[in-house]
Amino acid sequence: MEPLKIDKENLKDILQVISKDYKTFCPQKTDKGFRDWRIINRDTEFDSEFFSYFDEVTLPKSSIKPFFFPQPETLLTFNYDPKAEDAFLPKQCLDKEPDKIDTVLFGVRPCDARSLILNDMPFKDDPYYNIRRKKIFLIGISCTKQSSTCFCLWTGGSPLGTDGLDIILHPLDDETGYVIEFISKRSEELKDTIFPEKFCSKASQSELDEIAARKEKSKSALKSMPNLAEQLKQKELMAVYNAPFWQDVAMSCINCGACTFLCPTCYCFDIQDEVVKKRGRRIRYWDSCMFPLFTQHASGHNPRGDKVKRVRNRFLHKFKYFPDRFGPVSCVGCGRCIKECPVNIDIREVIRNLLAVK
Amino acid sequence: MKAFSERIKEEAKRLLEQKEVEAFIGFSKGSLPMTTRPFVARTPEDTEKLVFNSFCVMNLARYLPEVLKSLEPQRKPQDPLPKGPLPKVGILATGCWSRNIVVQIQENQIDRDRVVIVGIKGAGMIDKRKVFAHVGEKEISAVEEKEDKIIVKGPEYEVKIAKEDVLRDNCQVCVHFDPVIYDILLEAPGAHEREPKIERFKQIEEIEALSINERWAWFTKEIENCIRCYACRNACPLCYCPTCFVDDSRPQWVGKSIDPTDTQIFHILRAFHMAGRCTDCGACESACPMGIKMRLLTKKIEKDCLNFFDTEAGLSIDVMPALSTYKPDDPQDFFITEKLFSKDSK
Repeated sequence: MEPLKIDKENLKDILQVISKDYKTFCPQKTDKGFRDWRIINRDTEFDSEFFSYFDEVTLPKSSIKPFFFPQPETLLTFNYDPKAEDAFLPKQCLDKEPDKIDTVLFGVRPCDARSLILNDMPFKDDPYYNIRRKKIFLIGISCTKQSSTCFCLWTGGSPLGTDGLDIILHPLDDETGYVIEFISKRSEELKDTIFPEKFCSKASQSELDEIAARKEKSKSALKSMPNLAEQLKQKELMAVYNAPFWQDVAMSCINCGACTFLCPTCYCFDIQDEVVKKRGRRIRYWDSCMFPLFTQHASGHNPRGDKVKRVRNRFLHKFKYFPDRFGPVSCVGCGRCIKECPVNIDIREVIRNLLAVK
Repeated sequence: MKAFSERIKEEAKRLLEQKEVEAFIGFSKGSLPMTTRPFVARTPEDTEKLVFNSFCVMNLARYLPEVLKSLEPQRKPQDPLPKGPLPKVGILATGCWSRNIVVQIQENQIDRDRVVIVGIKGAGMIDKRKVFAHVGEKEISAVEEKEDKIIVKGPEYEVKIAKEDVLRDNCQVCVHFDPVIYDILLEAPGAHEREPKIERFKQIEEIEALSINERWAWFTKEIENCIRCYACRNACPLCYCPTCFVDDSRPQWVGKSIDPTDTQIFHILRAFHMAGRCTDCGACESACPMGIKMRLLTKKIEKDCLNFFDTEAGLSIDVMPALSTYKPDDPQDFFITEKLFSKDSK
């Protein structure tokens, strides 16, 4: 479908149109100074601060993971009263309108969007995740600059990547507006409702050429990168498992879950029943391989009792077990773990170490 | 600061060369500006990697018990420690870290005879979040540290920032700058004749002045972004329980998700577990990826401990933490009684 162009001034109108019909989230400044996903409502101030996100290199603090894999997800509810008619009968909590789009994420970076393609693999048969995938519509924004912690190209992504997105906006060099590219089939159906004609125009040839040239450049940059997944798949499992560098990587680790919880592609969870009075619910909540409890057996034995084993698991899961099983590496190069690790464990150094294993 | 790093290298190298210690806990260079990485040097050559600057925000005492343990011969949990002297560990310690080491000794987590403490009269550490706020959250590509300022460079800018403007909150109100126990004492640049920048409990008094409802609103708002990653707990040198109360499942004290009630209970209980033990090192706050100021909770308890029991954590090995001792004349009017409650709710 033909790309459109939207002027900078009209972004506000578009956001107002979209947020009227859908729960619309956009990375906004929080009281703490950082940007994070917040809903757009009547109180939202569409000031220059709000729109500066679209010209900056900053990623929102959280990935889009919580929208698809909420913390927690209620799987089912039950009545805990043994005398009740429905005692202990589980009622599954699945959405009643699974095909209806009800949420729009506006301003998703290509790395975050790509995480969905990767998470789709392990969650292939998960009804809760898949319903959310159908209900959430993603409008992305491509990156024109890179932060010092960005490394999407290493992992097979691209600053202009469209994987996982329905629509992507490309900022124009002259900073007047954005070229709107429609990617998914459902974006064509929604085109007129969310990007109405009165706020958009046809993109001119020179504007299209500008974006095409940028894409070409990014493509050749990607081509010059070594294929990380292929290289890692060829490594012998026990050689990377027993590599001596794990001790050094793990030394400073404090085994908190900051990296795994902020990571868009860490998807491990645990399940628990919560009962309050006679009402119960079964929840699925985030777990982290950094926590000792993650692998603790009922007997008390813990196969990953030492922190070095836990640290190794986090990285080998992303760069060995996942590619061996599904193909790509389970990392999109967003750099959140590098930025937020309290003890500066840098995933890029781990990748270099892994590639150096003979 | 470079010269000071060299001083630390020298000491660490000497200790390792003369076999006084088998490991030395310090910092190495981080991969990003304003980061450092806790590092254990095990050979004299390793000490080349050691650095020290104003971004050493992780509390090294946190690593002390595990590094000491790693040097003991392997044994089953029920087996006694082997006879004879065990290998020693060297560690850097600023004022607050040295007080954490004192509490660790008092609580039998470590053995004083096995630790060689290189004390540092420090000048306080910098909060990198404040630096980011100072430059309008712009990208920072390099930071150079001078005596009393830092030079921050980005892709298209360069600014000088006075260190005292970006000092961590806890370092601004610090009153115990100097290590309380040490074997060797070094003085960091800028540490001479240091004074508190802000009155010690000013940050607390501001919150105390609020009404009950306002305080509750402050608390719930402050922790609303918590993702329960437990970086605050795990960064703490005094959080060493084999099983934390949040991980217990029988009985389960706290729910596991980010339900506000559960998160609130976690933060309140974490703070109370620190009563009379916390030295306000600020590691919890520096480690938090979400910028939560949970340090204010422990600071309030520090203030109460000082007021009610006239003790401060870790100032002397001979004075036990307030909650580890009992005196018949201990004040007890902090118990929540009907009287106190009705007075406060007016």
